Amino acid sequence: MERHFDEQLAELTLRLTKMSALAESMIGASIRMLVNRDASAAGAVMSQEEEVNRMQVEIDEMCLALIALHQPAARDLRFLIGAVKTNAELERLADQAVNICNKARRLAEEPPLGACDEIARMAEIAKSMLKDSLHAYVNIDKDRARDILPRDDELDALKARLTSELTERMAADPSSLRRAINLILVLRNIERIGDHATNIAENAIFVAEGRDVRHGKTADPRPRGQTKTWNLTPANGTGAG
Amino acid sequence: MKHDQADIRVAISRLNLRYGAFHALKNVDMAILRRRITALIGPSGCGKSTLLRCLNRMNDLIPGVRIDGSVTIDGADIYAPGTDVCALRRKVGMVFQRPNPFPLSVRENVLFGLRVDGVKDRRRLEEALERSLRAAWLWDNLKDRLDTPALSMPLDQQQRLCIARLVTVEPEVILMDEPCSALDPIATAKVEELMLDLKKSYTIAIVTHNMQQAARISDVSGYMLLGEMVEIGPTARVFTSPEDKRTQDYISGRYG
Repeated sequence: MERHFDEQLAELTLRLTKMSALAESMIGASIRMLVNRDASAAGAVMSQEEEVNRMQVEIDEMCLALIALHQPAARDLRFLIGAVKTNAELERLADQAVNICNKARRLAEEPPLGACDEIARMAEIAKSMLKDSLHAYVNIDKDRARDILPRDDELDALKARLTSELTERMAADPSSLRRAINLILVLRNIERIGDHATNIAENAIFVAEGRDVRHGKTADPRPRGQTKTWNLTPANGTGAG
Repeated sequence: MKHDQADIRVAISRLNLRYGAFHALKNVDMAILRRRITALIGPSGCGKSTLLRCLNRMNDLIPGVRIDGSVTIDGADIYAPGTDVCALRRKVGMVFQRPNPFPLSVRENVLFGLRVDGVKDRRRLEEALERSLRAAWLWDNLKDRLDTPALSMPLDQQQRLCIARLVTVEPEVILMDEPCSALDPIATAKVEELMLDLKKSYTIAIVTHNMQQAARISDVSGYMLLGEMVEIGPTARVFTSPEDKRTQDYISGRYG
């Protein structure tokens, strides 16, 4: 039987998807600003961020109400808890796009230092991770979610290589210092976008399998034999009565 | 809560009801909105069923009852002298805790109201039968068994048949007093989904002991305690951030 609750979950899914699309477009616009040395899109990115913030508040409100009104269980409960966490990841990911935008604005006022093509390549990977992780989340697709995890390693490797190249540039040419530092910070922003997307993918796996795959991806991070430090079973004599 | 006058179907103002010395409803103010589900929740004996029964004057049947204050439906005071109580009860239909189909066939249950009205036009009766059974999601199940005795059907179908019987006379308001308490969870879910469908055309007020049911299906929830309307507001608000401490305690299971 189709439940009324399912319609509300579909509405929540739609909102998460819209928020993710907005964040993705903010990343694209910020990177284009960087590559084209054109600050004219900054205002648009800022107003998109306001929209993302508004959506974050609404999605949290919606999750809170759905949990309170429907007392969801099993996968529905995991989906709603995961949606609250995914919502926070999306908002922070959009903040990273704003950071890139601010640096692009500054860098546009100074002579170019290069490296932009590779930064754009990193941003493409990060954007694809975002798109796929959100898709994996809303479709509860654990295989697609697992495909995202190796791309984060690729992103980290690219960031490490470009950072060391830029560090060498700074050593060779102190006049490049400020620009190189800003570019290194952009690399870090993109890497963080990848991290947030990875967290969303891990949320998707949690919803699909009921397993927490954070911190090491396969094993429980707690010491062996100590898998649970809490106990919610009511003690004798303390039940309601 | 402030509402647009046009959205208000039933307005209750300073309503008091006493059974002898017992003050069962104390200065109740509330609005029941058009095409919304309004739920009344609260512990046993808080007055929620009594309040619901004021809306079609069912309490008039109890000796020693005194009612003051006003209840208007679309602006007309239902306690005004000369009110036709039979016409009122047709306008404001009621579904009870236990399904109460008449010991007649499915068809005769659904058409009962129209027969009482003297409707004889076969086509009109057949159309009403199909329309009401469809509205209660029973048509596909029962269209080939319209002459089956209603009392032989499963309980949830009996309850939905009672709803179909109401819908036939096109009421303006549907009152439901614990409509699912005799049903199992699956049957309850079916009746709840039906209610959500019915609210597209009808104004519904429901009394329920099941707080989760109020949370799942209602648009507006009112919490009653000892005859008082402690708090009434949009259900999502009442269940996530109630304003009154007493509501907070009841909703979170600390009281009642």
